[in-house]
Amino acid sequence: MSDSNQELRVSKIKNGTVIDHIAAGQALNVLAILGIDGSGGEEVSVGMNVPSDRLGRKDIVKVEGRELSPAEVDVLSLIAPAASINIVREYDVVEKSRVTRPEVVTGILSCPNANCISTEGEPVESRFDVLDDAVRCGYCDTILREDLAEHIATD
Amino acid sequence: MGSGDSRRRGAAVPVMRHDHLISARQLSRGDVEAVLDRAAEFDAGERVARDDDLLGLLFFEPSTRTKMSFDTAMKRLGGDTVDMGTVESSSVKKGESLADTVRVVAGYADALVLRHPSEGAAKLASEFVDVPVINAGDGAGQHPTQTLLDLYTIRENAGLDDITVGIMGDLKYGRTVHSLAGALTEFDVRQHFISPESLRLPKNVRYDLHEAGADVREHTELAGVLPELDVLYVTRIQRERFPDENEYRQVAGEYRIDADMLDAARDDLTVMHPLPRVDEIAPDVDETEYATYFDQAHNGVPVRMALLDMMLPGDGGDAR
Repeated sequence: MSDSNQELRVSKIKNGTVIDHIAAGQALNVLAILGIDGSGGEEVSVGMNVPSDRLGRKDIVKVEGRELSPAEVDVLSLIAPAASINIVREYDVVEKSRVTRPEVVTGILSCPNANCISTEGEPVESRFDVLDDAVRCGYCDTILREDLAEHIATD
Repeated sequence: MGSGDSRRRGAAVPVMRHDHLISARQLSRGDVEAVLDRAAEFDAGERVARDDDLLGLLFFEPSTRTKMSFDTAMKRLGGDTVDMGTVESSSVKKGESLADTVRVVAGYADALVLRHPSEGAAKLASEFVDVPVINAGDGAGQHPTQTLLDLYTIRENAGLDDITVGIMGDLKYGRTVHSLAGALTEFDVRQHFISPESLRLPKNVRYDLHEAGADVREHTELAGVLPELDVLYVTRIQRERFPDENEYRQVAGEYRIDADMLDAARDDLTVMHPLPRVDEIAPDVDETEYATYFDQAHNGVPVRMALLDMMLPGDGGDAR
């Protein structure tokens, strides 16, 4: 079954962003990273565990009325490295790109080290340098390799 | 020593490129050698006149050696220090953020020395001020100035290339260990790490050693590796790292050295310790030729003089 048929399972959007080929089970983490929780009024559709030729199963997220910038979506590469980004205008995909690993992610993850200064109410955002297969706290050097989604900053 | 000589020699030393000293990871071999060479000049009696320079001391944790040696170093350079005092006596007690505290003190001083119980504190401080920040220990993170004086001591006693160094004790939380292990990768040094399983090097330090291609071995016992060592760097295993007193006593006892044990070592072994020690080095070692830890502590002054002279703005002017 092709990807395009599967996309019909969630409604087409007129203008906005489709984030496709998200690793199955990560859609809600993608939304959390993007800070989309519905409170902003955006129309959001989520497909989870839909069949995919490329991934076997995948998640898909569609956000109506908002075009996400590369800087906003590159951070998704940490939890959804195969994700593709489609910018949609008047029901047509006008731009298609893959996420690329950023060098640094700021304000997205919170440091798992409870003794890190970035977790102690100082006026700074968390900052992680992105390594080949992990991220590293820019303050305390703690390396985070697995379960990055569990450390998405919730404030 | 003539003032003109002093100025010329100061100018000939490569100035460290860094605005702040946060981690030993920043230090190249050239940086280390420049500081140690300059320290040797101060050790030999070199003087400069930094009459107008003020160093801000912010110690959020107790310290004897580090704080006093920075204070001494700045005064020996001709300058002076301003001291935040204890946390209990400062506005930190009122809930002031570290960012605010350092911004204020940076207005009083030409450089800041910071010790703080949280990892990353010096890095954070450096983002809020325009004067150099020197990390004097951030939690279980880094202690790069201790590393410079350790390297100075190793260079004096064993040289810094083609040597075998054993680092023993609390490798997980020991900031002096984290900094030293990283800095030694800049030199031709074989490193052996000796610790209980629960206090092995943390993931980030291992990562850096691996990335640096360091020659590293880990052990749970000293005996097997002791005869190979040129330097044995002992650190304290702290009571609070263990859930109960018995376990602590048992583990700490296994990583204690005394003069009899050192019979198995090379005659020219250098035994070091960042101090304070509790009982991990028996007092009978003090009387042996191996004991170098008190000289090591004394080296804190010339090394910190060198560091401050290189990091403070200006060249120190003429010696009086």
